[in-house]
Amino acid sequence: MSSHTITEKIIAAHAGRAEVNPGDFVYAGVDIALGNDITAPIAIREFEAAGVTKVFDPARVALVPDHFTPNKDIKSAEQSKILRDFAHKHKLTHYWEVGEVGVEHALLPEQGVVGPGDLVIGADSHTCTYGALGAFSTGVGSTDLAAAMAIGKVWLKVPSTLKFTFTGTLDPWSGGKDLILHTIGQIGVDGALYRAMEFTGPVITQLSMEDRLSMCNMAIEAGGKNGIVVPDAITREYVKDRLERKAVYYTSDADARYEKCYEWNVTGLGPMVACPNLPENVKPVGELKDVVIDQAVIGSCTNGRLSDLRIAAKILKGRRVFKGVRCLVIPATQQVYLDALREGLLEIFVQAGCAVSAPTCGPCLGGHMGILAAGEVAIATTNRNFTGRMGHTQSQVYLSNPAVAAASALTGKITHPAEV
Amino acid sequence: MKGQVWKFGSNVNTDEIIPARYLNSSDPAELARHCMEDLDADFMKKFHPGEIIVAGENFGCGSSREHAPLALKAAGVAAVVAASFARIFFRNAINIGLPIVECPAAAAATDQGDALDLDLARGAVKNLTKNLSWPVAPFPKEMQDIIAAGGLMNFVTKQAKGK
Repeated sequence: MSSHTITEKIIAAHAGRAEVNPGDFVYAGVDIALGNDITAPIAIREFEAAGVTKVFDPARVALVPDHFTPNKDIKSAEQSKILRDFAHKHKLTHYWEVGEVGVEHALLPEQGVVGPGDLVIGADSHTCTYGALGAFSTGVGSTDLAAAMAIGKVWLKVPSTLKFTFTGTLDPWSGGKDLILHTIGQIGVDGALYRAMEFTGPVITQLSMEDRLSMCNMAIEAGGKNGIVVPDAITREYVKDRLERKAVYYTSDADARYEKCYEWNVTGLGPMVACPNLPENVKPVGELKDVVIDQAVIGSCTNGRLSDLRIAAKILKGRRVFKGVRCLVIPATQQVYLDALREGLLEIFVQAGCAVSAPTCGPCLGGHMGILAAGEVAIATTNRNFTGRMGHTQSQVYLSNPAVAAASALTGKITHPAEV
Repeated sequence: MKGQVWKFGSNVNTDEIIPARYLNSSDPAELARHCMEDLDADFMKKFHPGEIIVAGENFGCGSSREHAPLALKAAGVAAVVAASFARIFFRNAINIGLPIVECPAAAAATDQGDALDLDLARGAVKNLTKNLSWPVAPFPKEMQDIIAAGGLMNFVTKQAKGK
């Protein structure tokens, strides 16, 4: 059994097969099935309408109310209540109330709910994040979640794999976000449609876990089914003392078959920015000097982790946000919030004139907590810049790493962090 | 099924099909009222149930929200024909029984207001206005089983009862 990618091996193991090949159709067992306050209510309605009375395993269903929470209005409160009641009724192990909850794709890896070798499905497109841990993890819909909650399985067509090799030296102002923006800029928003995206090479093997999570998070923005990094010492160090199940470490065979291989030398690749209204409209930050911003958002499942806040704080320390610009900082989880508090980062943000909020997806999807008016422009460390994504259809969103967002908050224009 | 065409471009995303600001509800009828609103604010005033959406590449990209195919279905969209579909939208449509047809040639040749005739069982798309027709490759058998059962939950519960 050789000549397989890590993605093929994880799917085979969960489908009870010795091996699978691209194009095979399988029903695979899931280790964790995830839903949030937008997608789980529909899944719960489907689950109950089908007359199912028990979830397949109360420890394998995770419900995370993170999108419109703390509840922004009566309707969203009703949606959250559906999750809460279901979680209590079925005695789910993995349900977090406001005060414990965080942005799902930051929360689950941090809490050790997902790990290497897992097969995870989530009714949220950014579920592909966990591939950073060496898991097969993919976004599905609410009905898939309902079926998985009932029988613990998901239907999958085995994807072929695109291999992305990053060589050279990473620029000091660039991170995982810039590598993935570069990738999407090169291959387009459907450049990896239905495919697995495997990230490898000397730049990746030296990349921190939080940067890998940022990268895999945005595989979906290239249409990918999953993003994945073969686990290594950095993975083992990250999951040590936090993973609640046993890790299984898979690797890609040396003679594994890839549909296509890309190799990029990223030496000199500075911070990248995705311009409105598609994540593929990627330009170097230096080409956008004249773009005036109204808002900067630092947070989300892409870049709301501690290392992201540290980068932003380093730039904002002892300075003031440009008059007329709103800068929002949203720690992705309660643990990130607490760590940032203890390190003094939150004080730096408040003194710089930033608004610091409780963990929420909030403005990323135009939900609440930072919506844009017509004609307004935001720079955000989030993952999507579609028309109207953060508010009015005539507002615009530029996507960047946290250093660029923080530097831009200080100048009121899109700015390279080395210039502040 | 026959219907008049509403034509859209490539990369129609789920934020355009149903904007996130309406996702504090999961009621299909309410979602349907805002279908395609951010691409065409008056779409639902002009659209008639039974009509067909035709689009370019990567239809339904972005979020996993099943609200998107649900809203289209509840609005009365008979089918979506596209050059290609984003993968989560694709599986959601299969799972809830929204008819979808992947046919790049038909998507390219069809214009706003054309009349289409879809024969999903036989795998054929006809443009009645232009007098053109194209064959469509059938879905894999496993997907056809889900469609035939009336969606994934029916399929799964039937299987569970059959055990």
